[in-house]
Amino acid sequence: MLELRNISFSAEEDGSGKEILKDVNLKMDERFIAFTGPNGGGKSTLARIIMGIVKPTSGRIFFDGQDITDLSITERANLGISFAFQQPVKFKGITVSDLIHLAAGKKLSFGEVCEYLSEVGLCAREYVNREVNASLSGGELKRIEIAVTLARGSRFTVFDEPEAGIDLWSFNSLITVFERLSKKTAGSILIISHQERILNIADRIVVISGGRIVKDGTKDEILPDLMTGSFACRALEKKEEA
Amino acid sequence: MELNQTKMNLLREIAGLEAVPQGAYNIRDNGKLAGRNTTANIDIVTKTDKPGIDIIVKPGTKGERVDIPVILTETGLNDLVYNDFFIGDDADVVIVAGCGIHNAGGLKSEHDGIHAFHIGKNAKVLYVEKHYGEGEGTGERILNPTTLIEIDEGGSMTMESAQIKGVDSTDRVTKATLKARATLIVREKIMTHGKQFAKTDFHVVLEGEDSGAHLISRSIAKDESHQHFVSCVDGNNRSSGHTECDAIIMGSGTVTAEPRLNANHIEASLIHEAAIGKIAGEQLIKLMTLGLTEKEAEEQIVNGFLK
Ligand SMILES: Nc1ncnc2c1ncn2[C@@H]1O[C@H](COP(=O)(O)OP(=O)(O)OP(=O)(O)O)[C@@H](O)[C@H]1O
Ligand SMILES: [Mg+2]
Repeated sequence: MLELRNISFSAEEDGSGKEILKDVNLKMDERFIAFTGPNGGGKSTLARIIMGIVKPTSGRIFFDGQDITDLSITERANLGISFAFQQPVKFKGITVSDLIHLAAGKKLSFGEVCEYLSEVGLCAREYVNREVNASLSGGELKRIEIAVTLARGSRFTVFDEPEAGIDLWSFNSLITVFERLSKKTAGSILIISHQERILNIADRIVVISGGRIVKDGTKDEILPDLMTGSFACRALEKKEEA
Repeated sequence: MELNQTKMNLLREIAGLEAVPQGAYNIRDNGKLAGRNTTANIDIVTKTDKPGIDIIVKPGTKGERVDIPVILTETGLNDLVYNDFFIGDDADVVIVAGCGIHNAGGLKSEHDGIHAFHIGKNAKVLYVEKHYGEGEGTGERILNPTTLIEIDEGGSMTMESAQIKGVDSTDRVTKATLKARATLIVREKIMTHGKQFAKTDFHVVLEGEDSGAHLISRSIAKDESHQHFVSCVDGNNRSSGHTECDAIIMGSGTVTAEPRLNANHIEASLIHEAAIGKIAGEQLIKLMTLGLTEKEAEEQIVNGFLK
């Protein structure tokens, strides 16, 4: 349903272009796809290109056969693409309930808002009226970001390192959330992750390193190699050990 | 008391009033008294030496509210009043003031209110003030409020002021002196647009031991409007002072923040924070990923900021 064709991206740095993505080709139809690979490999940049936050230097993006390369973020959101940021955005005066309502695009009952929040292990009573500002902890912001994205109910949802900053106890239930979501979704979920347990529930794993796809396959094909570090994934290895 | 639709609308905007208030009130309409009510604990007396009123709250009065709205609907009127508030020891009251101007003509309409608060020992005051302007006329709408505050030992005042719409020019001066253990909290919200100008000038003197003040200003300057925020705090004793100016600029709007902290005592602790800038790009982007257009995203951010 989502296809990247010859996507390249260079950022201006000190007058010279720094190549961040190099001719990426990828067709994603599976229910649950995972991107992994070393820090700085280009995963988040690719996600931002899918959402329309970053325009590729060259290449085209297709969603259900439609060329969306020139569409705005808003247009892509309305077509059914959503994106949970690696670093959630903070606001002043906008509450958790405001964001969930904006995401859902309609008036929700307290019970419905509550459901999204309890999916990510937050007690609705404590959080609905909290402002999404710097007074929330990193893990709380991350969970709210996931809840807001769930409320979109999009056909193609990207989660950028959803597990980062989430404590161990909640991590288990987060995995269940994604498993459930991948079963009931009519579309696809793309998760960027460094966690073996998340990669384990994916239908397909794409390894991105140095701005290229260096490996692409099922978990049985990819995971054994990832663990022994046969690709340039030193960063991933270190993360796993820690 | 007879008030037409325009006037009732102004009252609703500035004081949330749907009808004539229940408790003590004094309504000033185009420079004249339009209605007054007093209670057993709250007296309102017309001044004899100059325009204005004295509001006298008996010591120990609890849970009462006083409404003193001012409305201006005649073009070309320049209204000046002196209001003095005498709040007895241990009282706990809410005072709702505000000024609404409807200028349908081509002349300047101006209201300058000089409000002096004398707050007794351990008394508590919540003072809510809203400024609002409207009218199809080309005449300017000007509001220059001065608030003078003296808080006796252990007393406290919270002042919430808002000017969200339609005032062309405002020069607001707030001066306060705090005795021992007195506290002052000021929360101000201002939004200017067009060619409007708003100046806020705070001067707080922390005279008594363990007195404290928080001055918080949130503002948005749109179009070609300009805002100037001056906050001066003198810590003359063991005391704490905090001022915060948080402003969003849009279009060609400009904001100046000018803090001045005078720590005159070794135990005075004074902080100033100021953040001025346009709406953060990432905030717009996040809301756009939720399906909002850039303009809708901007509205949400502005509304949240001034909520
Ligand atoms: N606008 C930019 N200007 C300069 N460099 C950039 C820009 N955007 C991304 N980069 C660089 O591109 C590389 C890829 O970044 P990206 O955030 O996509 O990595 P990632 O794979 O998500 O890494 P991580 O696992 O740490 O999240 C990094 O080296 C980053 O510094
Ligand atoms: Mg990343």
